[in-house]
Amino acid sequence: MNIIRNPKDVLSGLLFIALGLLFGWQTQELPMGTAVRMGPGYFPLLLSALLGLLGLIILINGLRFPGEMPSGIAWRALLIITGALVFFGFGVRPLGFLPALGVSVFVSALASRLFTFRTALLNTAVMVVFAWAVFIKGLGLPLPLLGPWLGGY
Amino acid sequence: MELFDNLALGFSVALSLQNIFYCFVGALLGTLIGVLPGLGPVATIAMLLPLTFGLPPVSALIMLAGIYYGAQYGGSTTAILINLPGESSSVVTAIDGHQMARKGRAGAALATAALGSFFAGSVATLLLALFAPPLANLALQFGPPEYFSLMVLGLIASVTLASGSVVKAIAMIVLGLILGLSGQDIYTGTPRFTFDLPELSDGFDFVALAMGMFGISEIIRNLEDEHQRSLVAAKVKSLMLTKEEFKRIIAPVLRGTALGSFLGILPGGGAMLSSFASYSIEKKLSRHPQEFGRGAIEGVAGPESANNAGAQTSFIPMLTLGIPSNPVMALMIGALIIQGITPGPNVVTEKPDLFWGVIASMWVGNFMLVLLNLPLIGMWVKLLTVPYHVMFPAIIAFCCIGVYSVNNNVFDVYTMALFGLLGYALVKLDCEPAPLLLGFVIGPMLEEYLRRAMLISRGDPTVFVTRPISAVLLLLALAALVVVLLPSVQRGREEAFKE
Repeated sequence: MNIIRNPKDVLSGLLFIALGLLFGWQTQELPMGTAVRMGPGYFPLLLSALLGLLGLIILINGLRFPGEMPSGIAWRALLIITGALVFFGFGVRPLGFLPALGVSVFVSALASRLFTFRTALLNTAVMVVFAWAVFIKGLGLPLPLLGPWLGGY
Repeated sequence: MELFDNLALGFSVALSLQNIFYCFVGALLGTLIGVLPGLGPVATIAMLLPLTFGLPPVSALIMLAGIYYGAQYGGSTTAILINLPGESSSVVTAIDGHQMARKGRAGAALATAALGSFFAGSVATLLLALFAPPLANLALQFGPPEYFSLMVLGLIASVTLASGSVVKAIAMIVLGLILGLSGQDIYTGTPRFTFDLPELSDGFDFVALAMGMFGISEIIRNLEDEHQRSLVAAKVKSLMLTKEEFKRIIAPVLRGTALGSFLGILPGGGAMLSSFASYSIEKKLSRHPQEFGRGAIEGVAGPESANNAGAQTSFIPMLTLGIPSNPVMALMIGALIIQGITPGPNVVTEKPDLFWGVIASMWVGNFMLVLLNLPLIGMWVKLLTVPYHVMFPAIIAFCCIGVYSVNNNVFDVYTMALFGLLGYALVKLDCEPAPLLLGFVIGPMLEEYLRRAMLISRGDPTVFVTRPISAVLLLLALAALVVVLLPSVQRGREEAFKE
């Protein structure tokens, strides 16, 4: 902990350096062109280098000046909400729009520490009916209500 | 007078039945999200963007604008009544507004906020009508080097006026620029930063990125510390101001309007900075500064006028130059691009109905807000009793529907989840997501102007400093950067943003 004075800056510096390297590496397969006729890779490489440089500055600042640890990461909410979104992505085709939405709403409600089964179920029901009424009936979005796994088309 | 012809055209557009309807919907939705803490205008506009794709561009923009200034109104209502600012720009309103409410002057505070906002909104709309066309004309003279420098200035200035570390904010801009370049190169069609995924051949989806960075990551952040809100709303008795109160608010409203109008034009300015600046000015100028913090009516009148004026004039650079000064304006530009309109000085001449229609609708919308807000206060307060753990799953549902319905593509849902995670991580590391969105929108334009400028100058990079306008713009950007990085200014900034 003696070398790293500001963990937030060190971490964000490393993140920016990593992203700069990643994008810079991605530009390697692109034609650079010349300054007069810039190819597709010219400006992206320039920006990637700049990002890496800025990351380095932030990293060095983080080693020089004291700061705080990043605090109170909501791991539970993070995992559950991401899970709910990914589930919607996986489920919307095979299960259909409304079942996927319903499950996602219910699952995301679990992210709260104030979760109760009753309100979550009620919330899910309201959202499904609302989505059906507004988006399918009202706005006529062409989304299959039930997917092939549930006997739809 | 050309101005009156133009305004007449604007009002004829804004007062069509359809546009009045969308203006109303926008203002109502804006007030709603302004009232609800934990749901900001950026997330809401991102969520509603897909719904506006089917509308004509004018109606879409009118509704989105309504959400933005409606949110400024709604935020102040809850700030005054229950000391819970719904928007960051009404944080200062809560200081004195709520104290007034506790002294039984809630009605007066609300009326002051509404009147001040309406006055400021009207003045700012007029300023917009007056200054936007000449500015657009000036911008039409700009060549690619000037545009490039202007965008650099815009990006740098937006960072220097924001809170937090400047280096980090610039890094966020650069990251945004890179992400904005993903997809096919405009000149050669070469795929860039697509990671060999066919879904990325058009680049990262704008709606998915905005919703992830601002909607999803904000929900996760709000779930960090949950507590049951116990709300005691102050009773609203009479909305009337006493004669003495009325006299006391005139000067602050005028000053707030002037200050907000000016700060709103600056990149990175807008509503929040305006209200903070106005509060500190009113406190310094006041003859009874000891009253501030204990229910000084000037502390409501000034900031409320300033934030509304700032919200309004921040449309000027967006509509005339195509340069966003804050994330909401970046979303507006995204909406225009999706509608097939290239934002920039040409909008004024080529789409006069759009330009003047939106301007006129702001006045109509501000008027509606006064009518809408004061009688409906009871309803807004009731809404606040909806707890967050009931609200956020619904927001998730809207995000899912919104992002999926744009292209009927599940990949966009995953993109949103990814940017939600990235956004949360960055916020935890004290990196503000707003500059990233500005960079994302400006990225493709910046590259195009750079390439064109270099083509004109035959590869000579000094073109940016030998052309006078471009040189001045770059000098301003440099000056802004140097000033912010001076240690003494940095300390002052920290103090200014602490409150």
